[in-house]
Amino acid sequence: MIAAAAPIRAKRVLPGFTLSLGTTLLYLTVVILIPVLALILKGAEIGPARFWAIVTAPRAVAAFQVTITAAVIATVFNAVYGLLMAWVLVRYEFPGKRLLDALMDIPFALPTAVAGLSLTALFSANGWIGAWLEPQGISVVYTIWGIALAMAFTSVPFVVRTVQPVLEDLDPAYEQAARTLGASEVTIFTRVIFPQILPAWLAGCTIAFARSLGEFGAIVFIAGNLPMKTEIAALLAFIRLEEFDYNGASAIALVLLVFALVLLFVSNRLQAWAMRHKGV
Amino acid sequence: MTIAISSLTKSFGPTHVLRGIDLGIEAGELVALLGPSGSGKTTLLKIIAGLDWPDAGALAVDGQDWLALPAQKRRIGFVFQSYALFPHMTVRDNIAFGLTVRPRAERPGKSVIAARVDQLLGLLQIPHLADRFPTQLSGGQRQRVALGRALAIEPSVLLLDEPFGALDAAIRRDLRRWLREVHEATKSTTIFVTHDQEEAFEMADRVVVMGEGRIEQIGTADQIHDHPASPFVARFMGAVVELPVALRAGRVEAAGLDASALERRAMADGPARLFLRPDAIALEPDAASPWVLSHKASNGAVIRATLRREDGTELPVDLLRHSAPEVTLGAAYRLRPLTGAVFSAEGAAQSGGPSPLPLLKEHRK
Repeated sequence: MIAAAAPIRAKRVLPGFTLSLGTTLLYLTVVILIPVLALILKGAEIGPARFWAIVTAPRAVAAFQVTITAAVIATVFNAVYGLLMAWVLVRYEFPGKRLLDALMDIPFALPTAVAGLSLTALFSANGWIGAWLEPQGISVVYTIWGIALAMAFTSVPFVVRTVQPVLEDLDPAYEQAARTLGASEVTIFTRVIFPQILPAWLAGCTIAFARSLGEFGAIVFIAGNLPMKTEIAALLAFIRLEEFDYNGASAIALVLLVFALVLLFVSNRLQAWAMRHKGV
Repeated sequence: MTIAISSLTKSFGPTHVLRGIDLGIEAGELVALLGPSGSGKTTLLKIIAGLDWPDAGALAVDGQDWLALPAQKRRIGFVFQSYALFPHMTVRDNIAFGLTVRPRAERPGKSVIAARVDQLLGLLQIPHLADRFPTQLSGGQRQRVALGRALAIEPSVLLLDEPFGALDAAIRRDLRRWLREVHEATKSTTIFVTHDQEEAFEMADRVVVMGEGRIEQIGTADQIHDHPASPFVARFMGAVVELPVALRAGRVEAAGLDASALERRAMADGPARLFLRPDAIALEPDAASPWVLSHKASNGAVIRATLRREDGTELPVDLLRHSAPEVTLGAAYRLRPLTGAVFSAEGAAQSGGPSPLPLLKEHRK
């Protein structure tokens, strides 16, 4: 019989676990958790009845509708355009490719207010593009289309930059295999390539949508901000704050937060489903 | 399907990958393309598959010009080195892929496809894996699925790129025998690429040895082994011992060399180079020989001995531990090669450089 030896403590291979985790948790708490908690507590403070009254007030409902509708339009556009853009940047070689690749980050780098101002200038009735669209009866500025445009502009890199690396890493042998098996180019894309970039694409679209819901700076310049018509939820919360109506502001913000969380949850489920083959 | 390849050339920028390939393959043959990396064997395979295109030359299969056909239309089965199984599809869907992507008019019915897949799963001995995803399979199982996917379309030609490269030795051996059996059963013309001579010789009807974009020799294992066509083939086949010798009346001569076991060559007198395999050299004690045993180590079955000459030249000799006579360190030995290849000095010297290798015919009586 072997006497029971003292238990051996497994040593961690990487040092600094406690310190790095501690720092991360502290940061997470201060920057994300506490503000979110404060928001929830602030919202809870006002009681369910008043909360409900605030968020179902006609002006608030209209703001939510405008925000979500515009975000859906922007995300659908970005889903298609972002995928195409990532495809072009990965699959083809052409002069100016690196420049185009760098340009893709401009919406990240540009102050959103600047983006909003320049979009307004372009699409207003006497702007370069607006002057051409207006006679066709299409007005962008001060309508929901303007809001969607601003949202699309600020969130498209999310789709491109999540799809691009996955597409780059895709082994060309998959396509070659499909080709030797007789698949047409369209079939190769729909049945071999797209299913493999689907999780990344879904993730990119979700972040783009969440970003669109919360976008503020770019939109306020182009939207016109007419209550009940082109007033977005984030702006309404801001207005409530300026009126020192903290409860109203946090109630609206809380609804946006819930939207974002539900969205992230749904997106995670979809991604898990799309990656079901990765598990063992 | 008979394949006729003529004067195929291909360059990637300044690098000549194929320098004029002429090769004919009979219907139902199992052929190995054997060569070190960079010899152009995979490029040749990809050109046959339609995944790469030559700069010049012709490729005809049963008289049809394949260079005018896209890969989709060639109906080939290609097994990739990395298998390239579609990760988001089950084993069943992977194997059925080639059938399900056919145009509606040619596509077999669902039940026909299912029956075909079941039949292949049986042939591959993996029916229990039908509903797994590729990530849940071992290397050998993936290899089988990849082969099943290629066979499902009843290919005119089956092409395999380093089919067993990523597998360990035991599984390799099993799969080799099994692939040979599959070939017997399907009788499809098969070409596979490998850098492993054992694999090539064990499986293939004919072996095509390639080096630096050229075909160096075509033949069976014994032919290539006994009559290497060039110094390149000799070296590649393991004849790494290279001795400068003199040819006199068809016999090779050098100090400390007893070439009596070698046949006479119908070659002109003069300097030549003798290529020997370390395991085809016997040692005989001879105090007059310049070769002295300087080192020996046993791996259990084989004694690796090193012989050294006064000028510092060393050569390796492998002796079977149980059958070869005992050797002692510091003693002088005469080399008695059992087989060997002789090439004229110019040819052997040329082969070392970047210049193209002349296909030297070895002359034997």
